[in-house]
Amino acid sequence: MKLTVDGQTHEIDVEPNMPLLWALRDEIGLTDPKFGCGMAQCGACTVHIDGNAVKSCVMPVSAVQGEVTTIQGLGDADALHAVQQAWLDHQVAQCGYCQAGQMMAAASFLAKNNNPSEEEIDAAMQSNLCRCGTYPRIRQAVKSAASAMREA
Amino acid sequence: MGKLKTITRRAFLVGTAAVAGGVTFGTYMVNKPHDNPLADDLADTEASFNPWVKISKDGITLITPHADIGQGAKHVQALLLAEELDVNLDQIKTDFGTPSPAYWNTAMGNEGAPFLSTDESIGATAARSMMTALIKVLGMQITGGSSTVPDSFDKLRQAAASARETLKLAAANRTGIEVDKLRTENAQVILPDGTAMSYTDLAAEAASFEPVQNVNLRNPDQWRLIGKPTERLDTIAKSTGRAQFGIDLKLPGLVYAAVKTNPRQGAPMNSFNADSAKSMRGVKQIVPLSNGAAVVADNTWRAFQAVNQIEFDWAEADYPANMDGHWELVESSFQESRLDKLWRDEGDAVTALADTAPITASYKAPYVAHQPLEPLNVTIQFDGKTAEVWTGHQIPQMVQQQVANVLGIEPTAVAFHNQMSGGSFGHRLEFEHIKQAAEIALELQNTPIKLTYSREEDFAHDFPRQIGMARAQGKVSNGHIEAIDIQVATASSSRSQMGRSGMALAGPDSQIVAGVWNLPYNIEHLRVRGYAVEGVAPTSSWRSVGASSGGFFIESFIDELIHAAEADPLAERIRLANTSVTRQVLEAVGELSNWGSEMGANRARGIACVESFGVTCAQVVEVSLQGDKVKIDRVYVVADVGQIVDPVNFENQVQGGVVWGLGHAMNCEITYQDGMAQQSNFHMHTGIRIQQCPEIIVKGLENAQQVKGIGEPPVPPAAPALANAIFALTGQRLREMPFNKSISFV
Ligand code: FES
Ligand code: FES
Repeated sequence: MKLTVDGQTHEIDVEPNMPLLWALRDEIGLTDPKFGCGMAQCGACTVHIDGNAVKSCVMPVSAVQGEVTTIQGLGDADALHAVQQAWLDHQVAQCGYCQAGQMMAAASFLAKNNNPSEEEIDAAMQSNLCRCGTYPRIRQAVKSAASAMREA
Repeated sequence: MGKLKTITRRAFLVGTAAVAGGVTFGTYMVNKPHDNPLADDLADTEASFNPWVKISKDGITLITPHADIGQGAKHVQALLLAEELDVNLDQIKTDFGTPSPAYWNTAMGNEGAPFLSTDESIGATAARSMMTALIKVLGMQITGGSSTVPDSFDKLRQAAASARETLKLAAANRTGIEVDKLRTENAQVILPDGTAMSYTDLAAEAASFEPVQNVNLRNPDQWRLIGKPTERLDTIAKSTGRAQFGIDLKLPGLVYAAVKTNPRQGAPMNSFNADSAKSMRGVKQIVPLSNGAAVVADNTWRAFQAVNQIEFDWAEADYPANMDGHWELVESSFQESRLDKLWRDEGDAVTALADTAPITASYKAPYVAHQPLEPLNVTIQFDGKTAEVWTGHQIPQMVQQQVANVLGIEPTAVAFHNQMSGGSFGHRLEFEHIKQAAEIALELQNTPIKLTYSREEDFAHDFPRQIGMARAQGKVSNGHIEAIDIQVATASSSRSQMGRSGMALAGPDSQIVAGVWNLPYNIEHLRVRGYAVEGVAPTSSWRSVGASSGGFFIESFIDELIHAAEADPLAERIRLANTSVTRQVLEAVGELSNWGSEMGANRARGIACVESFGVTCAQVVEVSLQGDKVKIDRVYVVADVGQIVDPVNFENQVQGGVVWGLGHAMNCEITYQDGMAQQSNFHMHTGIRIQQCPEIIVKGLENAQQVKGIGEPPVPPAAPALANAIFALTGQRLREMPFNKSISFV
């Protein structure tokens, strides 16, 4: 079957019920989406499908309709996405393991609402777990990214 | 900055050539430095001045042997080296280095010795230096106990200063200009006329000099990096989401493994049947393990699927099947025969408490899991003679040892590559996954194998925080606390953990009473006794170890007594403060939180102050009532670490520690049913999510004499400060964690 990820098309031969996460990580070799729980409890595996944040660990690869974007497709060190810039400015990360997923969740949410209230930020980010406890900084970074996106 | 002017000089600077080795243990080994592991494979154009600095034509590499488990250890170590080497953080590379006794931890011994951090008596100092000597002889390179900064602060700066002065010597030799006319900046030696000679250019020449010893360290007012906000070296990778961890490792021909071992911790397997797993798609091999089985497949998910199809017959656990049995063992431990140690006996608590009916209370702390977000994983390859291992671990040499034991080779034949870790909190001090990977590698040679734990396997085999209880009696008079007699009974996580590595803990376990016996107050009549609970589930060090439960016990009871005395919780604590450091921490948290100000209806605050790992940390938690639910609005934190190395990372670590302490106290416990942990994934053991996270306001003080780490000290005060705030809000005293058993949170 065909999978388009970050603008590239990959031909993969896997079971239809293999979660997208494991097709990305072990078949295609894209390890930015992380494995944390395997049951939609932590958000470490968050990617976009046509811009919508999806937990790739519970998304059967056969159900993927549309283009997959990983954090690599969002931006890189030379061309940072507003969310990545905000994460950098606030030095959000501790271990960093959850952060690709956090940023993917934030980017998709802010694309739809670039002027969120505190409550809306918490609601949008609540399925992304950070065991290191970087939530205070995540809140600040989401607000900074929102204001950058409003000005853009 | 406190009075950190006298630097203890430790004999550790080593030459460019390896120092002759020796096998005799004793003072000779203690006083002589370990060999420089970088000397072994240096190219002709490379110079290594000591185990932390390597310079070649192509660049400068700083070795940061303390494992980076998310706490920023790599950055802090590089920063300390860069400060004295006169290089900028963008001019260097870092490397975790190969495991070596040269990286023995000089600070860990301070925590292991059973003396109060304020105790500078001969006995205490002698015991600390004996522990330190022991760790050195064993060559223990270990990350833990918030010891990275204390271990590194002097040592790395001296190492870098020695390298810098040796480079100046080389420049002087080449130019004929006297050394004291030279200066250094930007990785260059600068001649009086402004000509710059780069370190990389001088490296090969510098290698022929004996390294300069007895170098003076810079005064704090000359620091360019220490104490200033810097960008963490891993921030770009982690902010772009491109950081790669052990679990992400790619190797040609890599195969993927999953395991299942007896969920009754430590118990054997009777038998298994893998017939249906064997034929599943992608499965390459089923490997029997000593207490379970592994599936090796061409994809991690396929390995997970297949291992779940194996039918196992597990043996019974050697601890009680259900929680009632565990708590019975805890409660029956308060007896003379189980006394681990009488830790404090000052004044006359027995007599003071005899005449009146004392105030009594008991408290409970459950098992809690570590569960860092990156599941345990390890990659290994064995060719029949030598092995390579890639994983994130806090004790590298023990990894080599454990792998070598399974494979029947020497530890020196095991190459270890430490990996960036997605958190640890004490979890990456364990070896079960590493031994299992080695068992698989023994069967499947010449193939790189990556073993990844499913979250369920990781939960099932998490050796949790110690279970425990405290029973306390106290007396107040004239508005003050007069006497406390507290008994603490917990599992000894230190003994359990060391036992798994075949080691014994000599003497009592100070972690049983951590946070309690070193309470930061002078109590007129004080008795503290610790009891070791035997026969419960195996446990291990969990971020802040004993103080995570002990801090809750003692600071809850102190609060109960203060309320009984009708005193102010902050004012009475300040009155009782044992040192000026404690007093200033308490005063600062009072000021920061505007203690005493009117809060309005349905709002309240609580305070707690705990010393752990030599750091006094006080917190004020503000809560409000929303309907019948409690919301945590704000936490104010003050901690004194003597010297803040990196203020950004300091704040982040403190906030993370508070979140950790609160989240688990509110929401988490591990319970056993039929000998197995009932919590299998984050939906049953979440910690905290963003919507429950309060605003956290942090202030660091630098009055303490010694430089200390901050990874753990913010954890212990969080739970009691929250419980004390909830009491102030609702009048309900929470004496058992997790609190969500008794109340609801927003
Ligand atoms: S791994 Fe997908 S939500 Fe946790
Ligand atoms: S930064 Fe470690 S889990 Fe979020």
